Amino acid sequence: MTDLWAGFAEAARLLITLDPDLTAIALRSLQVTLCALVIACAIALPLAAFLSVKRFRWRRAVIALLNALMGLPPVVVGLVVYVLLSRSGPLGVLGLLFTPSAMIIAQVIIIVPLIASVAHQSLRELWAEYHDLLISLNTTQCQRIVALLWDGRRALLTAALAGFGRGIGEVGAIMIVGGNIDNVTRVMTTAIALETGKGNFALALGLGFVLIALAILVNLAIHWLSRTETGRQW
Amino acid sequence: MVGALLPLTVRGAQVRRRGKRLIGPIDLVLDGQGVTIVIGPNGAGKSTLLQMLHGINRMSHGTLNWAVPADEARRRQAFVFQNPVMLRRSVQDNLAYPLRLNGASRSAARAAAQTWCTRIGLETAQTRAAMVLSRGEKQKLALARALITTPDLLFLDEPSASLDGGATRDIETLLKQAVADGTRVIMATHDMGQARRLARDVIFLRGGLIHETGTAPDFFDAPRTPEARAFLAGDIVE
Ligand SMILES: Nc1ncnc2c1ncn2[C@@H]1O[C@H](COP(=O)(O)OP(=O)(O)OP(=O)(O)O)[C@@H](O)[C@H]1O
Ligand SMILES: [Mg+2]
Repeated sequence: MTDLWAGFAEAARLLITLDPDLTAIALRSLQVTLCALVIACAIALPLAAFLSVKRFRWRRAVIALLNALMGLPPVVVGLVVYVLLSRSGPLGVLGLLFTPSAMIIAQVIIIVPLIASVAHQSLRELWAEYHDLLISLNTTQCQRIVALLWDGRRALLTAALAGFGRGIGEVGAIMIVGGNIDNVTRVMTTAIALETGKGNFALALGLGFVLIALAILVNLAIHWLSRTETGRQW
Repeated sequence: MVGALLPLTVRGAQVRRRGKRLIGPIDLVLDGQGVTIVIGPNGAGKSTLLQMLHGINRMSHGTLNWAVPADEARRRQAFVFQNPVMLRRSVQDNLAYPLRLNGASRSAARAAAQTWCTRIGLETAQTRAAMVLSRGEKQKLALARALITTPDLLFLDEPSASLDGGATRDIETLLKQAVADGTRVIMATHDMGQARRLARDVIFLRGGLIHETGTAPDFFDAPRTPEARAFLAGDIVE
């Protein structure tokens, strides 16, 4: 019990003094996840708009697949990416294993289905609203997608934030493909796992607080966005 | 100079959904100037007919021929829906959108949008979200957005349903101006006063079929069928 209290006190000190180890790890986390988020959005948002606008044969199957992939265990994603990137794997020549790039790849795979799925929910509704007008105006498929992405940007930001939340808190996959190497691939979640194992609660708790703060911020942002959405403000 | 869009010739056109016939077979020739009014009881197929002519409701039988190729014909028409569709943008951006689609520059589209905002009495609401407008304002905005590209043919699906006298008059003024500028109008309405004020000729639909057509004076003063007579008298016609 005293250990824990000492841990809290020390964690507070690390946070207040902006301990270099702690900030480096937190910044690395942000870097990896933001990078993954940008790439994932570039894939998932147009995909979601495309699935809303275009009726094709395998549309339902693709949507079902996306929903299924949302439940993919991150550890398994980590394993698959590991196998692909390992020296003897098909992408081994790239030498990406145990680098931040590998972690970004894993996170992209984990959050693309989530973002695409959440985005598709709202874009589908928007398309039902816009359908008649955009068909009547003789728009091309591409113009329809652009209109949905632009006018649905609030909802899309919410989807992106959900993806960010999932990415930043993820531990299983990036542990496997990143290797949790100090100063290279150690991020908040993997550091917490490691330090807790070592009994070094101070750093673990300090990072834990940062993670919780980020999670709260993201939720507040989503809440605020959904309020402005229903309030119809611009 | 581009060739005339009309006449439009429709032969044996039918629209079916899930095996059920919604309208047709319809034979129709549309030409000339002015306003054609489509009237008939609820569910008669007025909206379906307008959408079929516009090409956003697929025909299951029959032919529909414009005086120009179909894709060009489509670009020269506009449609105002029974429930006006508002883009989740400002009033001004709603107006500018069709122009931007046609390749107008941002500044040209904005200038035209401002002119139209003034014309429909929304100059103080230009930057407001279109979604928060009142129903009458939305209808006017939808009409202005359709007219801003100066279409040769305009479809209107009950443009003044549930509007008060002032808003209805505003809409009719805009319409008369457009007609004077050479736009051909086909309009469904339940407002017989409006029909009398605007119509050059009338199509009376019943049960998905054209029950009676005629020029406005003939139709309103001397309807030939008992159903049209009953409908004009305000009786319930199924
Ligand atoms: N997609 C559809 N599937 C099945 N039935 C439809 C569909 N669209 C329209 N209908 C039916 O077709 C008939 C004609 O509808 P339509 O909307 O054209 O009538 P309307 O004359 O415009 O009526 P109102 O005066 O109420 O606007 C109605 O009975 C309607 O239920
Ligand atoms: Mg209708």
